[in-house]
Parts: sequence; C-alpha cells; structure tokens
Amino acid sequence: MARRSSSEAIGWLLFSAGGMVSALLVPVLLLLFGVVFPLGLLAPPEHAHLSAVLRHPFIRIALFVLCMLSLLHWAHRFRYTLHDGLQLKQLNKLINLLCYGGVVAGSSWAAFVLFG
Amino acid sequence: MSELARESSMQRPHEAPTQRAVPAQVRPYRPRVSRFWWLRRRSYLLFVLRELSSVFVAWFVVYLLLLVDAVYQGPDPYRRFLEWSGRPWVLVLNMVALAFVLLHAITWFNLAPKAMVLRMQGRRVPARLVAAAHFAAWGVASGVVAWIVLGGL
Amino acid sequence: MPDTITLQVARYRPDTDAAPTMQEYVVPLRQEWAVLDGLNYIKDQLDGTLSFRWSCRMGICGSCGMTVDGDPALTCGTFLADYAPGPVRVEPLANFPVIRDLVVGIDDFMRKLPKVKPWLVREDEPGVADVEFLQTPPQLDEYQQYSMCINCMLCYAACPVYAIEPDFLGPAAIALAQRYNLDSRDQGAHQRMDVLATAEGVWACTYVGECTSACPKGVDPAGAIQRYKLTAATRTLRSFLPRGER
Ligand code: SF4
Ligand code: FES
Repeated sequence: MARRSSSEAIGWLLFSAGGMVSALLVPVLLLLFGVVFPLGLLAPPEHAHLSAVLRHPFIRIALFVLCMLSLLHWAHRFRYTLHDGLQLKQLNKLINLLCYGGVVAGSSWAAFVLFG
Repeated sequence: MSELARESSMQRPHEAPTQRAVPAQVRPYRPRVSRFWWLRRRSYLLFVLRELSSVFVAWFVVYLLLLVDAVYQGPDPYRRFLEWSGRPWVLVLNMVALAFVLLHAITWFNLAPKAMVLRMQGRRVPARLVAAAHFAAWGVASGVVAWIVLGGL
Repeated sequence: MPDTITLQVARYRPDTDAAPTMQEYVVPLRQEWAVLDGLNYIKDQLDGTLSFRWSCRMGICGSCGMTVDGDPALTCGTFLADYAPGPVRVEPLANFPVIRDLVVGIDDFMRKLPKVKPWLVREDEPGVADVEFLQTPPQLDEYQQYSMCINCMLCYAACPVYAIEPDFLGPAAIALAQRYNLDSRDQGAHQRMDVLATAEGVWACTYVGECTSACPKGVDPAGAIQRYKLTAATRTLRSFLPRGER
C-alpha cells in the first residue's frame, strides 16, 4: 500500500474550492454573456460600464481567483476522467502534466489579461 | 445479450497455457472491463457527463478572458467580441456549455452535504438543509453578479 | 400473474468452460418467492450441479449477493414477482473473479478488510480487559449507520472505480473504517489514516455514488468516503502549520 498522499489531498481541496466558486458564479455569467446578450434578449452592457467594473481591483482579483480555481477544478476532474473513463493508467504522468500544465498556462494568461 | 456472453471472446490470452495443470478452483474467470463501461448504465453515463462538465468550466474561463481582454482593449474590440459571440457556432457551444455548467452546479450543491457534517448546538444539521443553504447561496450570488453586470455598480 | 418464470442463470464450470454461459430454467412464480428461492428450486428439483452461496435468507449474512437483471442485489431480498413476466437474468457479482457458476472469489475483500483495523483500537492497552466504556445515544448515533454493513460486497460490484482499479480499498472497507473512527471509544483514527488517505484509499474515489444506491443496508459508503476526504484534507493542511497550532 502506498503512503499517505498530501498531494492528492491538496489537489482535492483545490478541486473542491474550484467546484464551489464555479458552481456559484459560472452559470449566471455564461447565461448572460454566452446566451442572453448574443440572442438579444437583453441589451448588452455599455462598454463604459463594463470597463469601469473591470478596472475595480476587487473585481480583478475575484476574476483571477475564479479563473485559477475553475481551471484547477477542471484539471482534477479531467485527469480522473481520462484515467478511469478511458483506462489510460499507463499515461498517468503525461495526463497530470498536461492537465496541471494547462492550469499554469491558463492562470498566467488570466494574470496577464487582468493585471498586465 | 448477456454481459458475460459478450465478454467471453475477450479471455485473457496469457492465462490459458500455464494454468492447465492447476486444479479447477484456482482458475477463476475474470471478466474484463470494457473501455465503454460508462455506457452500460444510466447512472454511469450521468456520472461521466458530470465529470465532463469540467471541460465546459474550462471553456468558460477561456471565453471570459477573451471578453475581459476585449473590454480592456476598448469599445471597438468589445463590439467585435459581441458580434463574434453571436455567431451560430459560438452561440450553440455556449448553450451546450450552459447546460453542462448547470448540471455541474446542481450536482455539486446536492453532493456538498455529503462531505460537510455541520453541527448546531450539538445537533447535526440535516443534509437537506445544508443543500438548501447552498442553493440559496447560489441564488444570491447569481443575483449579485447580474446586478453588477447589468449596471447596478 | 403467470405461474412460472424463466431464470437465465450464468453457469461457469472452471474445469471445462473457457467462459461463463447462460442456461435457462423455468421455475414456479410465487408471490412470496425471492430469486434465491427460485435458485434453490433449481438446485433441488431441476439441476443439482448449480452452485451459489446463501445462508440466512433474511438479509443478514451477506452471502447471497448476485447480479439480478444487471443490478447487484441480495437474492434473498429480491422478489421474482417484481420481474414478472420475466425472464430474469441471474449472474455472479460483477468485479469479482468467478470461481464457479454464481460463486465469486472474495479473497481480495478479505485481504483489504483487516487493513483498516475494523475493531476498537485503544492506546491504553493492555489493561482494559474489565473496563466498561460508556457511550451516550448521540455518540452511538455518530457511527451506527456504518455499523449496519453486512459485508455483502454489493457496493464493490457497483463501483466502476473498483472495476478499473482493483487496488482501490473500496466502499465497504472505508465505511467500516469510519464506523470505528467515529466511535467515541476508539483511538485508532490516526493509524487508519495511513491506509485511508492514500491514492488507493479515499483519493481513488470519484464519487460515482453507485455504492450507496446498491447498498441493501443504507450504509451510504459514498457519503462516508466523501466525509473522510474532507477529514484527510483538513488534516493535511494542519500538518503544514507550525507544531504548536495543530
Ligand atoms: S456497505 Fe452496504 S453494500 Fe457494501 S458491503 Fe456493506 S452492506 Fe454490503
Ligand atoms: S442469504 Fe443471507 S443475506 Fe441473503
């Protein structure tokens, strides 16, 4: 039997945190910007308004946290899906590398967009 | 067709020759797990769909960052983004993503009380109540976000 | 209601068969007959070579678990009338090696079970032989649900993670570990953590939740695992804190 795994524990905690914030915030944002505004059901917000909102430091930090945790949530779930669903056990290392590499890349992009 | 009959053609080849001399009881039959095990039951399929919702959560991050970037760039890029978001394939993709994200949110809040055991005044808070509190928080959070986006702030 | 029903029973004779085959038997359909009664009818009246396990006929011994029409079930508690007009498929428990007909090998489970020390672990041993450990009803409540497990292994048969990852400790073993972890008289939680908080322990679980649906005793192993994940994760976080604050 293997040892206690603290990396799994940390991975799971971040996955859970990401699952929580994305469940709370993603549906409404996606509904508005992905469906309601493009369909013209509501008029999209003015550029001046959105731009003011997005310059608020609190909003920037909140969005960055949302992006990073959501990606961590994705990485954890997706690697397990590949591992169990497709039984790609042999490729475990590669899968982990790709998933968490994606998190690093995505989070850096988010930092660049939000704070750059 | 029976599961077992279907598996019968998939005997593990390496087990046959060496085990011939071994007494019968120690040569058990081990069915293989199909790569498509998750199609076998509705609940398994639902589970896999729930797990795949994470892909759409990741897509949302990409979409959000494209939007934020466009807004920072100025009114024109923002208008171009809005046009792009109205293209049929983007719209369809986002509708599918929305369905998956909703699946994620609903299953997530339903499962939350499983891990959390809350106590109030020495008594365990019923799981239903914990789940209901999560759904309420979801409603409030969505309301606040919509209010900010639609011009409240 | 028709007065007979067809049972399609999986047969596997290790000395002659390369793989299981299905055999049909027609048995009387009675209102009060469970699938196990049908199997016993076959054994007594039609075909004495059919092998299967059973003992108590009342959902207590946990030995009669099989796959009935694709679902893991205790055959003594699953009624033929619910499947009328049939036919009913009866196969051995999934995810276990088939020894003969409907009998599966349980060695793997038997090896895993003692790893979680499913007994009261006391640090003050020896010297507790004639001490009584008192427990209040709320303390009993903490773990009682988990103590209902009858080791029938239906949860293992329902679990796709166990199917794919045979090293996975599995639902019942983890639920039983929690049964003792949450017992006010027990002091072995940190010993069990070495087995539970591992990649083959709770972290292998992806919460499919089927173990809980399959359990005939309302144990909710999926919930037990989920709860333990939070325990183990909090424990890990705390272990990063400086000594004094743990
Ligand atoms: S947890 Fe339930 S299904 Fe699993 S072995 Fe125990 S009684 Fe059977
Ligand atoms: S025969 Fe004992 S549980 Fe079914």
